[in-house]
Amino acid sequence: MKRTIMAAVFALAATGAAQAEEMKMAVTTSFHNSGLSDILLPAIKEDTGIDVQLLVVGTGQAIKLGEAGDVDAILVHSRKAEEAFLAAGHGTHRREIMYNDFIFVGPEDDAAGAGKAEDAKGALAAIAGAEADFVSRGDDSGTHKKELSLWAAAGITPAGAWYKEVGAGMGASLNTAAGMGAYIMSDRASWLNFGNKAGLDIVFEGDPVLFNQYAYLPVNPEKHGHVKSDLVAQLEDWLVSDRAKELIDSYTIGGETLFVFNADQMAKAAE
Amino acid sequence: MVDLWSGLAQAFWLVVTFDKELLEIALRSLQVTLSALLIACVIALPLAALLAVRRFRARRMVVAVLNALMGLPPVVVGLIVYVILSRSGPLGALGLLFTPWAMIIAQVIIIVPLIASIAHQSLRDLWHEYHDLLISMNVTQRQKVATLLWDARRALLTAALAGFGRAIGEVGAIMIVGGNIDHATRVLTTAIALETGKGEFALALALGFVLIALAISVNLAIHWVGRTEREGRW
Amino acid sequence: MSGLFPLTVAGATSRRAGHQLVGPVDLTLGGEGVTVVIGPNGSGKTTLLRLLHGAARLSSGRLDWACSTEEARRRQAFVFQQPVMMRRSVLDNIAYPLTVRGTKRAAARAQARVWGERVGLGEMLDRAAPVLSGGERQKLAIARALIAEPELVFLDEPCAALDGRAMREIEEILGAARANGTRLILSTHDMGQARRLADEVVFLLKGRVHERAPADKFFNQPETPQARAFLRGDIVE
Repeated sequence: MKRTIMAAVFALAATGAAQAEEMKMAVTTSFHNSGLSDILLPAIKEDTGIDVQLLVVGTGQAIKLGEAGDVDAILVHSRKAEEAFLAAGHGTHRREIMYNDFIFVGPEDDAAGAGKAEDAKGALAAIAGAEADFVSRGDDSGTHKKELSLWAAAGITPAGAWYKEVGAGMGASLNTAAGMGAYIMSDRASWLNFGNKAGLDIVFEGDPVLFNQYAYLPVNPEKHGHVKSDLVAQLEDWLVSDRAKELIDSYTIGGETLFVFNADQMAKAAE
Repeated sequence: MVDLWSGLAQAFWLVVTFDKELLEIALRSLQVTLSALLIACVIALPLAALLAVRRFRARRMVVAVLNALMGLPPVVVGLIVYVILSRSGPLGALGLLFTPWAMIIAQVIIIVPLIASIAHQSLRDLWHEYHDLLISMNVTQRQKVATLLWDARRALLTAALAGFGRAIGEVGAIMIVGGNIDHATRVLTTAIALETGKGEFALALALGFVLIALAISVNLAIHWVGRTEREGRW
Repeated sequence: MSGLFPLTVAGATSRRAGHQLVGPVDLTLGGEGVTVVIGPNGSGKTTLLRLLHGAARLSSGRLDWACSTEEARRRQAFVFQQPVMMRRSVLDNIAYPLTVRGTKRAAARAQARVWGERVGLGEMLDRAAPVLSGGERQKLAIARALIAEPELVFLDEPCAALDGRAMREIEEILGAARANGTRLILSTHDMGQARRLADEVVFLLKGRVHERAPADKFFNQPETPQARAFLRGDIVE
């Protein structure tokens, strides 16, 4: 009896380890929280037979995973970090796939008046000027980096008791902001899918600087021989295909479109 | 409060409708933790018995280290296992990172000191009791260990249950080394963390209740097995 | 197979924390009968038995069996004053010495059943040993000591704190063992028991063998004044 149980436990534990067409891809929390991956992964499986295993992490960790060769490809949104990744030879190339946008979320009454601003810079200036509570991801993620670059563009060094770096993912940060009635910058998808909106609402949106480009970067097989380059290439072909375009462009939450497909489909032919 | 009630209600519906995803995640939690528990017991129990039976110079040190390791922060264990199993780490070639095996390894490291430490306490007491008799009978070291492990089995079960409880509720380490990959390494605790992150408190709570129920039923089952055994023998 | 005896003890002492517990002891023990070790409390009876058995370490001196020490240890058993009840059934307690010697479980249990019945524990073989009464514990310990058929059994105060009936039953078991040719060395503070069982008496005082004589002679004509006083019931220091 005991032996049977043992054998069963081991057999079950082993099943997760060895399968044929599997690849690992590190993606950002914002992409995963959007729910788009739940649409894309089954379609990928159906069309290519590839089981894409997602590691949902911040951009910083996604890039680290790629550098270490622990994943086969990464899908992130932080251009500077991506270019550094390529420059160091960790990836083969960068393929833009789609974009979504960031929004400023804050208390419904918008006491700081961020909603009245002309552009993103103005909105941040209003929040800083009122010293209204602002939650920052503070986790070196793509969203965090984007937020910091916006502060820099606005010429403000955010500091003080009102500026709270929580060092957490998008969802946890939104939870914190909801708990404190604070302002926060979020990607639209995470916000729309967020279940605990208590007292928060979008206060500012639409400035083109808030667009958020996602790119696909295969890990360099010359550095990591075990990388499944053929699957990675197949996935890339799929991600820029018309089928992907249709799925991405038609994905909505509560009637709102989240992502805009903007891959250069011609580049495929050039390769 | 509303979240609590809707969490309970949702947990109830998830369970009575045999939600496929929940079943998969709960089963994986059990697989990973029971495998880790089995391996940890195979390591920790003989180690504890040897520490009770053998006199060697570093014994006190080893016991002290074990006790200290009981408080090992799982996140640190996770990080260390991660670095070792990473493709660029020393055991990277095995390709274990982000598989259930990585989670099992992390859990084994977390619970071995706990199980060994608790087991050592009861085995030491039992050895104290048995010492004269076993010495008088000239039993070998191996027989001493086997005798102590068998006669202390009830106490050892408690040690194992403590290990099970710690492992099944653990999230920090397995999140890091497992990666919380859907259909591959997602278990109850990491799913809870994920749903909390999405602000889906009710679902997170529902999963939490399932986790608690699972832990309790495993405990009860093992106690029940222990009791029937006692009635049968004595 | 050569026998265990004679056992020659020369200058044996046992010290702990600077105190001389026993010795120096010089003794030669032959291979037959029952030797009873008597003496006032604290005279070193238990320590002497443990020394002879090898359960306590010699601080100095020698202990020589007719065969090798390892061989000798395999062929003897010890019944402690407070027997260890292993957390198993009575049957498995009695069978234990056979199982550690590699006897198959079923055979060991069958034999344990015979011994359990022989010492009067037949009704309670399936019970947990730790719930037994004092007398039952002693019987279990004696059965456990005898099952591997040792040539020599040490018993440390086997009947301390037992009622008359239990004591008689145990003395009967010991008598049967003696009749079977098993050499017994036991300590007791009960002079009646010493008279009933002893073929030979070792009288200990302050850790030394003060007087040693055949039982008849010791009880009727003790040589030393201390032995006479002890037998009279006086306090001997």
